[in-house]
Amino acid sequence: MSLEVSLTHRFPGFTLEAAFRAPTGVTALFGRSGSGKTTIANAVAGLLRPTEGRIALDGTVLLDTGARRHVPPHRRRIGYVFQDARLFPHLSVRKNLLYGRWFARRHTGRGISKSDGGSTGRADLPRIAALLDIEPLLERAPGTLSGGERQRVALGRALLSRPRMLVMDEPLAALDEARKAEILPYLERLRDEAAIPILYVSHSLAEVARLATTLVVMEAGRVAKAGPLVELLADPEAVPALGIRDAGSILTGRVIAHHADGLSEIEVAAGRLLLPRVAAAPGGRLRIRIAAQDIILSRTPPEGLSALNMLPVRVTALRPGAGPGAMVQLDAGGDSLLARITKRSAERLALAPGTGCYAIAKAVSVAPMDIGQS
Amino acid sequence: MDLLPPEARDAILLSLQVALWATILSLPPGILAAYALARWRFPGRQLLNGLVHLPLILPPVVTGYLLLLAFGTRGPLGSILEAQFGIVLAFRWTGAALAAAIMAFPLMVRAIRLSIEAVDPKLEEAAATLGASQPWVFVTVTLPLVLPGILAGAILAFAKAIGEFGATITFVSNIPGETQTIPSAIYALLQVPGGEGAAGVLVLVSIAIAMTALLLSEAVSRRVAARVAGHQPAPAAGRVRAPAAGRGPAPAAGRRPAP
Repeated sequence: MSLEVSLTHRFPGFTLEAAFRAPTGVTALFGRSGSGKTTIANAVAGLLRPTEGRIALDGTVLLDTGARRHVPPHRRRIGYVFQDARLFPHLSVRKNLLYGRWFARRHTGRGISKSDGGSTGRADLPRIAALLDIEPLLERAPGTLSGGERQRVALGRALLSRPRMLVMDEPLAALDEARKAEILPYLERLRDEAAIPILYVSHSLAEVARLATTLVVMEAGRVAKAGPLVELLADPEAVPALGIRDAGSILTGRVIAHHADGLSEIEVAAGRLLLPRVAAAPGGRLRIRIAAQDIILSRTPPEGLSALNMLPVRVTALRPGAGPGAMVQLDAGGDSLLARITKRSAERLALAPGTGCYAIAKAVSVAPMDIGQS
Repeated sequence: MDLLPPEARDAILLSLQVALWATILSLPPGILAAYALARWRFPGRQLLNGLVHLPLILPPVVTGYLLLLAFGTRGPLGSILEAQFGIVLAFRWTGAALAAAIMAFPLMVRAIRLSIEAVDPKLEEAAATLGASQPWVFVTVTLPLVLPGILAGAILAFAKAIGEFGATITFVSNIPGETQTIPSAIYALLQVPGGEGAAGVLVLVSIAIAMTALLLSEAVSRRVAARVAGHQPAPAAGRVRAPAAGRGPAPAAGRRPAP
């Protein structure tokens, strides 16, 4: 299952020119607002006709301007979750959820794909409602829901239309931090359970780091970088495109134990970490994002330090920045870590590829937002 | 009713009949014209807009005379209607209904168009991504959301149709029992000595009909608007009304690019 996109779209004073491939899993389209992310999402869903281009999903051509082919949005079976939910105000939550059901049934019959026929709609409703915890909302009217609830219903509505792919355009951007934290676990569950590609548009690297498997970085209408998320986040060369302050790499780990003092012990490739209590049960897999600027490097194991986490690492690359800083890429037992230090420190410690040292991180510097299910 | 002179009673019943038919028959073209003006970009859009609004601006007598020219028994449309379908409009109550419908049309289209323009096209896009073709989007999303506007437009048109005078009297004259509506009857009664009493009754009836229509439209549209805005739980839970037939021809809508 994969989506191939290659398109050019001219706006007055702005040209979008992008090509990328989105494999199964979550492909994040990341970039500043105005970089063309939503245009791509709309072109994929068929809501916008690009000037030129070709879009194919699993080999089914959805758009080919060369061949004058443009499958209209209602025949594409691409579920779209909008930033502003767009629930139908005149229908109850249940009717909103079931809206796409009837069309989906028709289209599986003689639509683009027959591979995923079978029962649709009503049978799926309890399952999806349970997945998103929206059973208590079914008889409510959309106007009475909170922003987070609305977005969950919108997600359920898109899923129940039996899409061959999901497009999510900044689904969390209109929500406050608490509501974001409420929805992210559902999106993680969806990522792990849905066997369809998901195109996730966002300008928040934290969100992207939690959810994505593939990252496409957009800059002024162009693809600046693209590749597997974990690799790209640990690549010092990609840092300028992602934003220096947001730079940080991802470690995957497993919960070993929860301690009585409120800390959780997590095993990663290079050792063990102590972090503020995580929600996952012992044995649960985690994805932990550690900001590059929160890592301290030391050539010798430090003593008398308050920081709880210390991993033995080896320098794999060093990239001096334009200012006083430098990005150091580290190998931590096979995982990649990124540390942001000053050039002066790098010289003082004589860091060079191959140098062994210790990466130190405070337990409290890792925000709950940066710890997700893997 | 027995208090009324028979001409007055006939005029009231005829007016209601004429206005009702005028309203019902102009609803489908009214909704179509309003939708086209609100959502489609096509050559001739301004021309359509002008044509729809023309009866509002022209002297009613001119409209009535043009109807007579076109739909008179020897007019180009009137002769075809009579020869093909046996329908005669001139000097008949059906002609009064046509005149009333045309005079009320601009008001109806305006009200419906405003409410269509108030529907967020983003909701229609969302429906399309859920698999609904354009005709189905219209039936399941746009139409329910513009229902308050349609009702308001219909009631406005009804009230206007009840009161139509100039075009009606020019096109179908003032024949008691056939084309004499309330306004024509009042006019006729005021032309003869001693007619003031019956005219006064008709005036009161006109006021009563107008007030009832207004209050009704307020009440209905408030209820519909509340339901459409989604602040009250929708009634009867359960199944979504499944659209029933095959996909119709999709009208070509103007798509605006989203940056």
